[in-house]
Amino acid sequence: MSNEWPLWEVFIRSQHGLAHKHVGSLHAPDAEMAIRNARDVYTRRNEGISIWVARSSDIHASSPGDRAALFEPSNDKVYRHPTFFPMPEEVKHL
Amino acid sequence: MNANAQLFDYVLRLADNGLVLAQRLGEWVGKGPVLEEDIASTNVGLDLLGQARLWLAYAGEIEGREAPPGRTEDELAFLRDSGAFRNLLIVEQPNGHYGDTIARQFLFDQWHVLVLAELAGSRDARIAGIAAKAEKEARYHIERSTDWLVRLGDGTAESRARMQCAIDALWMYTGEMFAVDAAERALIDAGIAADVAALEGPWTAAVRSAFAEATLDVPADGWMQGARARGGKQGVHTEHLSRLLAEMQILPRSWPEARW
Repeated sequence: MSNEWPLWEVFIRSQHGLAHKHVGSLHAPDAEMAIRNARDVYTRRNEGISIWVARSSDIHASSPGDRAALFEPSNDKVYRHPTFFPMPEEVKHL
Repeated sequence: MNANAQLFDYVLRLADNGLVLAQRLGEWVGKGPVLEEDIASTNVGLDLLGQARLWLAYAGEIEGREAPPGRTEDELAFLRDSGAFRNLLIVEQPNGHYGDTIARQFLFDQWHVLVLAELAGSRDARIAGIAAKAEKEARYHIERSTDWLVRLGDGTAESRARMQCAIDALWMYTGEMFAVDAAERALIDAGIAADVAALEGPWTAAVRSAFAEATLDVPADGWMQGARARGGKQGVHTEHLSRLLAEMQILPRSWPEARW
């Protein structure tokens, strides 16, 4: 339906989280209402301390078809992984 | 009425506003104009129901001081007839369309926040505690209902006309919010109840300012329902309350021992 409110993606920073995490999406006429709706739809049980919303149409995603081209070349470059560094005995909890 | 009965009656007034309005908002479940609004209005209803429970539990305790053990919150909610309810007439008015519901919520929220802020300083520690907790929730309710009032009022010609109509129809129930009867006066003088008569000025100013932003006209002065100590606060209700209670109370009245 063309007269439906636009879709928004909702990101919430939880009590102990350092970064905002995508939690879902909702419809709202504008950003202010989107934040208000996000509060009601996604934070009813004291989940968050901060809310971000972004128009879904403003999010650009990589294409699933490009997955091989984007990510696989890193697999055969073993030097990108830190497995060749000898670990000093004294270093704990790494 | 002795002092204990006056206090019981006053706390019931606070409880029944929340209980009845929560039931009204609950009628929107599954029928909201959009999913997000459905959830949001139900949330407001649940906040009000939570407040009503605290008030009812306290009312039962007050009753128990004279007639132990006093009724439980469930007995007070489900086993009283409409004449024993003490809510304002405005909260029992039917939902109508969503604009009607917003108008009712807006007019009530503006009053509710002022009353709770006042009650947070009550000399009765229990009333002060419940009011302080409820005020935080009411501050969110007022933001929501004011936002919608402005959006619909200052929206299309159609939405403005409907919003104006909704406000005009509910206006006659606003006078009761500021009417003080003898029982309430005694509690105000004792520093326990909120002096609602003194809140009419701030309420009118807040409502007028939101109406101006929403391009809505303030209705002309006219007859105010229940404002002469014969309204919801005294148990004289509109026909709508009985129907609401029939739906709300049918289960516990038919199956008195029913449990989840």
